[in-house]
Amino acid sequence: MTAWVVMDRARDAAVRPFEEIVAEHGPVVMRVCRALLGQADAADAWSETFLSALEAYPRLQPGSSIRAWLVTIAHRKAIDHLRGAARRPQPTDDLPEIPAVDAAPAGESSIDDELRAALEALPAKQRGAVIYRYLADLSYAEVGELLESSATAARRSAADGIANLRKHFSKGART
Amino acid sequence: MTDKPIIDRLANAFAAAGDGGLHSRLAALAERQGLLDVSYRTVDSPLGLLLLAATGEGLVRVAFSCEDHDTVLARLASDISPRILRTPRRLDEAAHQLDEYFAGKRRAFSVPVDLQLAHGFRRSVLDHLRRIPYGATQSYAAVARAAGNPSAVRAAASACSHNPIPLVVPCHRVVRSDGTTGEYLAGPEAKRTLLAMEAAA
Repeated sequence: MTAWVVMDRARDAAVRPFEEIVAEHGPVVMRVCRALLGQADAADAWSETFLSALEAYPRLQPGSSIRAWLVTIAHRKAIDHLRGAARRPQPTDDLPEIPAVDAAPAGESSIDDELRAALEALPAKQRGAVIYRYLADLSYAEVGELLESSATAARRSAADGIANLRKHFSKGART
Repeated sequence: MTDKPIIDRLANAFAAAGDGGLHSRLAALAERQGLLDVSYRTVDSPLGLLLLAATGEGLVRVAFSCEDHDTVLARLASDISPRILRTPRRLDEAAHQLDEYFAGKRRAFSVPVDLQLAHGFRRSVLDHLRRIPYGATQSYAAVARAAGNPSAVRAAASACSHNPIPLVVPCHRVVRSDGTTGEYLAGPEAKRTLLAMEAAA
């Protein structure tokens, strides 16, 4: 278990109401969940991520990078989902519905679909590195820890991933 | 060609349009699992925007906008728990009763309160304040006596000015012995407004 002490991000040190954490980082975590799992499972993974974070939040070390901490939880939730080992879902009878997936705006959708498909087709390390570096804005050291490799390897994977995406993307955009 | 366009494009491809109900679903799940220690909402009033905060025990804080709601929430995070979410539902009844009070249609509040932010003598003062009826006033000296320490008039006044649940715990009904209104967190004018409203209803 990583000690979440990153001294140059001390601005997160004050005890902030969890509501601020959701407001500030909710959209980033949603993008990561969508990229890791697709739209259908993203809402569940998002809720599970923030629920786990809420539980652990009072014990979070001052000075921790909140975003890296949340993305790590999302990473684990996504692994649970992909292994089908997610906790049994809560009964949802009196809970608000999971929001319906928004249709992508017309005209934009085909390029975005193409990009999503290209990302999904990347080798696992490249895909993870692109998501955690560019969608979650983590440092290469943090990306390396998530992918159980070094910062150098994470940097290489992210660069390779972007190069591959650009290849697919420009091909897809031309056709 | 730089990587910037494709990275922007990537973020765009996975962006969600709005919250779409995720927040209220999170709050409901948190409440069900006992992880929601403090919920809050705001409500409009003739005295400006009020912040209402509640624990599972009851209403724990009412704050005027002059107190700065962000500061109040940060204090609640350190004094009670940082497990705080904006959850209007848990506070609907308190908001409704405050609406009725300001409309002159309610003389007593029946929502449960949580006085954990007040200790010792201050707590005794607040317990006594809850027994001062609508439309009545009492002097700080009388309140000090009733709270068990007749010589602690200044401490009684201090307890009133640090009341965590103003309006619902009616510190505005405590006035100076000479009959003047005295201080109030939201200003003496707000206090006069409340007393005039209660006298007229």
